[in-house]
Amino acid sequence: MQLIACPHCGPREETEFHYGGQAHVAYPAGNATLSDEEWGQFVFFRDNPKGPFAERWVHSAGCRRWFNAVRDTATHQILAVYRQGEPKPVVA
Amino acid sequence: MTVDIVSRTVQDSARRSPLGTYAGQLAAVPKGVSIREVPFLTQLDLRVEPGGEAAAAAERVLGVALPTTACTAVSGVDGAEVLWLGPDEWLVVAPAGQDALEGDLRAAVGQQGAVVDVSAQRTTIAISGPRTADLLAHGCSLDLDPRVSPKGTCVQTLLALAGVVLVVRDEHAGDVWVLVRSSFARYLADWLLDACAEYEDDPSWR
Repeated sequence: MQLIACPHCGPREETEFHYGGQAHVAYPAGNATLSDEEWGQFVFFRDNPKGPFAERWVHSAGCRRWFNAVRDTATHQILAVYRQGEPKPVVA
Repeated sequence: MTVDIVSRTVQDSARRSPLGTYAGQLAAVPKGVSIREVPFLTQLDLRVEPGGEAAAAAERVLGVALPTTACTAVSGVDGAEVLWLGPDEWLVVAPAGQDALEGDLRAAVGQQGAVVDVSAQRTTIAISGPRTADLLAHGCSLDLDPRVSPKGTCVQTLLALAGVVLVVRDEHAGDVWVLVRSSFARYLADWLLDACAEYEDDPSWR
């Protein structure tokens, strides 16, 4: 169990949050002309790094707002949190 | 016409609060705490852009500035309390029967916001007494020490795995409102009774 610092509410128990997958996956431009493979890439394919990974999280038991977090996928440690629309912070 | 029939039907039938049948059990808990339901409070979900025109109009109706500090609540006019739920969302809790407030607020915010009557969504459990924080600590990870959670603290969190809004209403965590969804109310009441059970013979709770 760890505390996750919601950018709105402050540090709360991990159980109040839900995971939302990789962050910064942009909706594809020119989507009327995309092939099935390109759609498949957008919908289903995600990075799977070992180490820091920018992810979407929602404070579902609190303010119910989505935000982004950088989590180390090897240690499950949350390295940084930031609001939607803010640039991804540089973490060591 | 349909609306008339519906509203009349609701008025005519005897309203039953979610914890109406628990009043006796809740009254019998050890004296360190006092638990009772505060039913049928008027609850309005207000969503406006903070700092905008609609927010200012809503503030004129409520008689108080919408709290923009996270996890806080303020008191407005006519017993209304404004609870921070999110950066652009507030819950207005007013005494039962203040039906005009919804229309007043909606007229004030116009098309630039939303006012939704959510009175039936949650019921309110008022917990008071010197052992309030000790009781809630059985199922809530938040620190309710007055130094951390002073009067006016309003947090949405989990209490015994049920989503609740906790409102701290006095200076020493001796008066807390727990707003819980109606469908979870009896579960939470059972949980509170169970959490109290171990203090039946505790002299410090007498």
